[in-house]
Amino acid sequence: MTARGESPEIVFWVGCAGSYDDRYKRVTKAFVKILQATGIRFAVLGTEETCTGDPARRAGNEFLFQMQATSVIQVLNGYQVKRIVTACPHCFNVLKNEYPDLGGQYEVVHHSQYLQELIHEGRIKIKEGGSYQGKRITYHDSCYLGRANEVYEAPREVLASLDADLVEMKRCRTTGLCCGAGGAQMFKEPETGRKDINVERAEEALATGAGTIAVACPFCMTMMSDGVKAKNKEASVQVKDLAELLSESQGL
Amino acid sequence: MIQQIAFSVVLLVAGFFLRQRILFIRNTIRLGKENTITDRPGDRWQNVLLVAFGQKKMFKRPLPALLHFFIYGGFLIINLEVLEFVIDGLAGTHRIFAPWLGPVYPLLMNLFEFLAVAVMTACVLFLLRRFVLKLPRFWSAEMTAWPRLDAALILVTEIILMWAILFMNASDQLLQGQHEHYTATGRLFFSSFLMPVLNGTEVSSLVMIERFCWWFHIVGILGFSVYITYSKHLHIFLAFPNTYYARLEPKGYIQNMPVVTREVRSMLGLEASTAPSGEPGRFGAKDINDLTWNTLLSAYACTECGRCTSECPANQTGKKLSPRKIMMDVRDRMEEVGKRIKRGEPGFEDGKSLLGNYVTKEEINACTSCNACVEACPVMISPLDIILEMRRYVAMEESGSPAQWNSMFQNIETNFAPWKFPAADRFNWSKENS
Repeated sequence: MTARGESPEIVFWVGCAGSYDDRYKRVTKAFVKILQATGIRFAVLGTEETCTGDPARRAGNEFLFQMQATSVIQVLNGYQVKRIVTACPHCFNVLKNEYPDLGGQYEVVHHSQYLQELIHEGRIKIKEGGSYQGKRITYHDSCYLGRANEVYEAPREVLASLDADLVEMKRCRTTGLCCGAGGAQMFKEPETGRKDINVERAEEALATGAGTIAVACPFCMTMMSDGVKAKNKEASVQVKDLAELLSESQGL
Repeated sequence: MIQQIAFSVVLLVAGFFLRQRILFIRNTIRLGKENTITDRPGDRWQNVLLVAFGQKKMFKRPLPALLHFFIYGGFLIINLEVLEFVIDGLAGTHRIFAPWLGPVYPLLMNLFEFLAVAVMTACVLFLLRRFVLKLPRFWSAEMTAWPRLDAALILVTEIILMWAILFMNASDQLLQGQHEHYTATGRLFFSSFLMPVLNGTEVSSLVMIERFCWWFHIVGILGFSVYITYSKHLHIFLAFPNTYYARLEPKGYIQNMPVVTREVRSMLGLEASTAPSGEPGRFGAKDINDLTWNTLLSAYACTECGRCTSECPANQTGKKLSPRKIMMDVRDRMEEVGKRIKRGEPGFEDGKSLLGNYVTKEEINACTSCNACVEACPVMISPLDIILEMRRYVAMEESGSPAQWNSMFQNIETNFAPWKFPAADRFNWSKENS
């Protein structure tokens, strides 16, 4: 695109999970389908994209984080990227809040916010009677979207557009319980304790009686899916990302 | 006259000890790293007003918030009475404000009495919650003998001090008209219920009771103010500056390390390498002097309410991590080092450190950085900042991160992804069918 002198409306930052994780690749594809159906001119960095360095920073390895971040910023600045949309709250947080310290100034939005925006602007035309109409859905807040950046309503508004029966867990929004994967926990076994955090959270989600647990983060996706499996409920309860739910509901 | 001299001596002694402790605390906070905080004063004052003064974050749990608000209001307003106590004590007068305030005085006194009763009720209910209902957050592992005793002492002292006010007012009312020293105050509602208990007592004994209560109350308050400096109760003062200096960035933001930025940029050839000025500092935090002064201030502002720990996902699922314990550990270590320095010993060379002797790696490794503790804190303390600084020390100074994290680091270095997938496969998803 840049070579052709065109500039995209957004750069879709796919993230490592969205690129490599078999489950989350389905989210990437669902989001791309929505973008294509809506006629958004978007770009991805493809093989030029790399890890933002976020897990290294959360685990304490500041050197590795900054090495990584500095080269990512060189790529992004090289393409004169202005607006980034990502389906990963961890990438979202680090790109939005921490890259400016290192010379990377972009407008960064999470895909939940972007979908909300497209719905508001009428660029996504919600069809009546989607496949989730009246179905019970509960939304699990991701820490890096919720408490970390105070994005609580955008994902809920996207879900509301499905005309589903949205039920809240006891711990939600500011008091939402973490899935257990944040702070680089995704990349190691948990410390010894009574219980795994994701099982605790999955139990809470199952208690709502919802057939669908909606998530907006690749790590939450893994943790909640594993938690549901640990309770042997994977046959009756599905864990899905907002983009998947929206694209299914729209029959894309 | 003797009473005036005695009171002056008491005031001086209390003042002396108070000054000693305030200086000690100031010096201990100054052990922290420099950090200049001058940005966004408007937002900072707003936090002081809403969060500290207005107790906004307390009201996430309405019942304790209401009870706490009574004690807090009582503290703020009854202190006006303490001012009168001090003037009376020094000048040998009695209720010096009464003639000045005229009809407002009995109104004020009745308000004080109402607050005294409210404070007592709240304290009794708090004691019941703590020691009879045994709310789990007051009995978790870090709530050892001293923190539990500290909490009980504070609540019991407040109850006794309030009783002293009410008994003093009751005997005072009986003395009015019988003794020319006692100015008329009009009926004081709550304490008048105590008057029958004292009815029939001789004037001289009533004076004794009134004086005893007066002395008990003022010496109690002065003693309590010194005690507070050793106690978790210090939050009544330091919560205010703590909310002022609290971080304003989104909670997900981690402070940058400019030292690393300079080094990385020179390694990548983006910047000429600049000779490091001064001695190379430590990366991350091993001990309290690696933390910023405002972080140390926050340890003194913590009143061990445990809302952080009760919201922590790691703690709730039985891991060793407790954000409250992190704050208590920081404070304990500060006191330890501070005392050594005060004795003229080298403060930090005692073979101990915050990380290792107080906080273990198991604790800091268990954190999901979910910010539940930060969100929960009514006075905007961030235990998370401390945990992350300690992780930085472990990763960069000791290379002592968990093995699985070290593999993750290696994957990022070699494959540019935290997992072991080849960088060339990153875009494969676009060619797969969904």
